[in-house]
Amino acid sequence: MKLKALKAAFPHTIPVLLGYLFMGMAFGILLSAMGYAPWWSTLIAITIYCGSMQFVALDLLAGFFDPLGAALMTLLVNARHIFYGLSTIEMFRRMPKQRPYLIFSQTDETFSLHCSTTPPEGVDEGWFHFFLAVLDHLYWIGGCTIGALAGMLISFDTTGIEFVMTALFVVIFVDQWQGTKQHTPALVGVAATLVCLVIFGSQSFLIPAMLLILGLLTLLRPRLEGGNEK
Amino acid sequence: MTTTQIIITLAVIAVVTLLTRGIAFVIFPGNKPVPPFISYLSKVLPFAVIGMLVVYCLKEVSLINRPYGLPELLGCAATAALHLWKHNNLISIGGGTVIYMILVQQVFR
Repeated sequence: MKLKALKAAFPHTIPVLLGYLFMGMAFGILLSAMGYAPWWSTLIAITIYCGSMQFVALDLLAGFFDPLGAALMTLLVNARHIFYGLSTIEMFRRMPKQRPYLIFSQTDETFSLHCSTTPPEGVDEGWFHFFLAVLDHLYWIGGCTIGALAGMLISFDTTGIEFVMTALFVVIFVDQWQGTKQHTPALVGVAATLVCLVIFGSQSFLIPAMLLILGLLTLLRPRLEGGNEK
Repeated sequence: MTTTQIIITLAVIAVVTLLTRGIAFVIFPGNKPVPPFISYLSKVLPFAVIGMLVVYCLKEVSLINRPYGLPELLGCAATAALHLWKHNNLISIGGGTVIYMILVQQVFR
């Protein structure tokens, strides 16, 4: 039963395999360049398992020790996961055995696989979704580990590879832009952050930006709630 | 940072990440309805936060000094254009990053 579910799940995960290997390797190379041994990259891939946050974590690790700031930053970068959770409550309720791991492993890509695929006839739904999640996780661990080893063994000019994080967010931004007719929230996010960056400077603009976004979205609620279609 | 501080920082990130992934399941275990304001935020906040993160990534770019943010502008434009064209994350992110690397290593040195 489990093998059948694994075989059914694998083809759906191939696009994620390619994406995660590339992104994971970029992360591993960057972490290596900061002087960390390769097993750190593996450990982070297993426990944090969140592409966007791991790249932000590189910034946090390069700065001063600030656990509260790290918690706040994680909360904001990953706030979108709360929304994924709200969207999969009903689905995961049907899979009590696999549910804890499905919740832990719900990344952007895995969430979109859960929403866009259904198991073929005769394949157990819970194990099918479980293997979608496990395979994605393994690709990510593999990518991060290979990248960290490569970064240690071979040396090539990696200047500019950190742009992978910018590119990731640009891609998510484009996807979201095309997925809705209501562009005000996205524009509020960009505009409010730019304004705060100019006023507060690149070291301390983020928290004011978050507060301004929250305030503006609260004020705009009567206008947005009518026409907000996903 | 010391090793202990690194481990604490990573643990905080891991725990808060798990929290964001699991909180919906903890707060709404049954068929309890989601409060309207939270439901509203969960619809609009993801869009705003990604916009914020794009700007966050570009925070150190200087428009006053050479190369005036040109590599970043071209890199972002290439990433978006590739994505609009192929809709394949690997091509868009990989292509955009490679183009940016070529720009900063070879063109705008």
